[in-house]
Amino acid sequence: MAKTPKIELRGVKKRFGSKIVLDGVDLVIEPGQSVVIIGGSGSGKSVTIKSVLGIVRPDAGQIFVDGQDVTRISGRAREAVLRKFGMLFQGAALFDSLPVWENVAFGLIQGRGMARKKARDIAIEKLAKVGLGPEVAQLSPSELSGGMQKRVGLARAIAADPEIIFFDEPTTGLDPIMADVINALIVSTVKDLGVTALSITHDMVSARKISDRIAMLYKGKIIWSGPTAEIDASGNPYVDQFIHGRAEGPIKMEVRG
Amino acid sequence: MNIFAAIGRVFLNLLEQIGALTTFTISAVTACVRPPIYGALIGKQVMRIGWFSLPVVGLTAFFTGGVLALQIYIGGNRYGAEAIVPQIVVLGITRELGPVIAGLMVAGRVAAAIAAEIGTMRVTEQIDALTTLSTNPIKYLVVPRLVAAVISMPILVAIADSIGVFGGYVVSTASLGFNGAVYLKNTADFVTQGDVTSGLIKAAVFGFIIALMGTYNGFHSKGGAQGVGAATTNAVVSASILILAANYILTSILFAK
Repeated sequence: MAKTPKIELRGVKKRFGSKIVLDGVDLVIEPGQSVVIIGGSGSGKSVTIKSVLGIVRPDAGQIFVDGQDVTRISGRAREAVLRKFGMLFQGAALFDSLPVWENVAFGLIQGRGMARKKARDIAIEKLAKVGLGPEVAQLSPSELSGGMQKRVGLARAIAADPEIIFFDEPTTGLDPIMADVINALIVSTVKDLGVTALSITHDMVSARKISDRIAMLYKGKIIWSGPTAEIDASGNPYVDQFIHGRAEGPIKMEVRG
Repeated sequence: MNIFAAIGRVFLNLLEQIGALTTFTISAVTACVRPPIYGALIGKQVMRIGWFSLPVVGLTAFFTGGVLALQIYIGGNRYGAEAIVPQIVVLGITRELGPVIAGLMVAGRVAAAIAAEIGTMRVTEQIDALTTLSTNPIKYLVVPRLVAAVISMPILVAIADSIGVFGGYVVSTASLGFNGAVYLKNTADFVTQGDVTSGLIKAAVFGFIIALMGTYNGFHSKGGAQGVGAATTNAVVSASILILAANYILTSILFAK
């Protein structure tokens, strides 16, 4: 018998008003794998991960986490499932009313009721894991650069030792060197913690570096998926156009997002 | 352009808004009575909503009391009824002007601030981040503001009542030739407990309206800086209109004889 997939999406559909964002997404993520979803802006990448987290409720289809159907759960059952997850947001989404260490320790203090002192020690330890010294802990997030904020966001995502981490556009808005630092951090975190990772990006350099498998989302459907090493030989004109960043090809730019 | 379609769209949109507001209100109110309750956050919000509104509410109450005394004196003069100034001032302030003026001032100050803060948290994905950290955003963001506003407003209005009466006293004794001791005695003899409590009940309801409109509009803001701006405007306008409408309804209930 095959292993239970860590995350499985079956025919997930979502529309906002008349706009169809997800049109039957099927995706299987095995435990310990790092999967990257690539796709243009507005192809439904963010909505896909938000559906898994329950922030967006799909109109149709099913989502399983560890074999458990989580499509329509809410309240305490949802909170229990969310404890398995950590997420790094595109803009880091740090709470600007709290100092860095409280951001990192937030899930421990508010979500799990840990004592502040103990949570603070863990926060400083996690900050060290992403290459930030204890002197950063007292700063306010607005005092940090974009790359530093991403690191704090990563420290926050791993603070509660999640089984699954989601990365939303981890390198967007960073210079190439900082982007590579973040990529390396993602790779080492995923390896060290043995977590399952799902990332979305349109940065191919990052996608190749951090993934075991790549899936391409186009017009609300997964049109190709396979091991990262095989992406150059996908034989799919949409994938080829995207990974080489060509303006000419079957993918037409949509003006309306 | 089909006129019926246009009317239908407006009507459906209105129903959708009412539905969304109702669900939001129900989940906010039920969250108020279910643990966890964030006591420290409520304290912080009482400071922001109540304490920091004191100067603006106090000043407006003072001038309102003063101008009320002046107008009643001038108006009463036509019938030789100038002596009634202290009685009408205390009645007008405690029953209507204290709660309404304080409500409108706090609506401008606090509903706007709440909507802007929560709206920014929405568009920068901080609210989604709360969810992924196993923290219910309604409990963490909405409940403390609702509870703090319902606690703060009656206290603010009690203070505004005193300052408003004092404003009338200052104008009456300084420029209208009233005897201070007689003025105060007439005020104290005339005002009843019902006059004051009715105003404080109104204040609590207005506090609820202010926090609800601020949080609801902030929560549902979208589309970057412009969306947050729109949410802020909507919060202040809807809170002000609802305060005046609720004031009429409350007056007709509280003083039904």
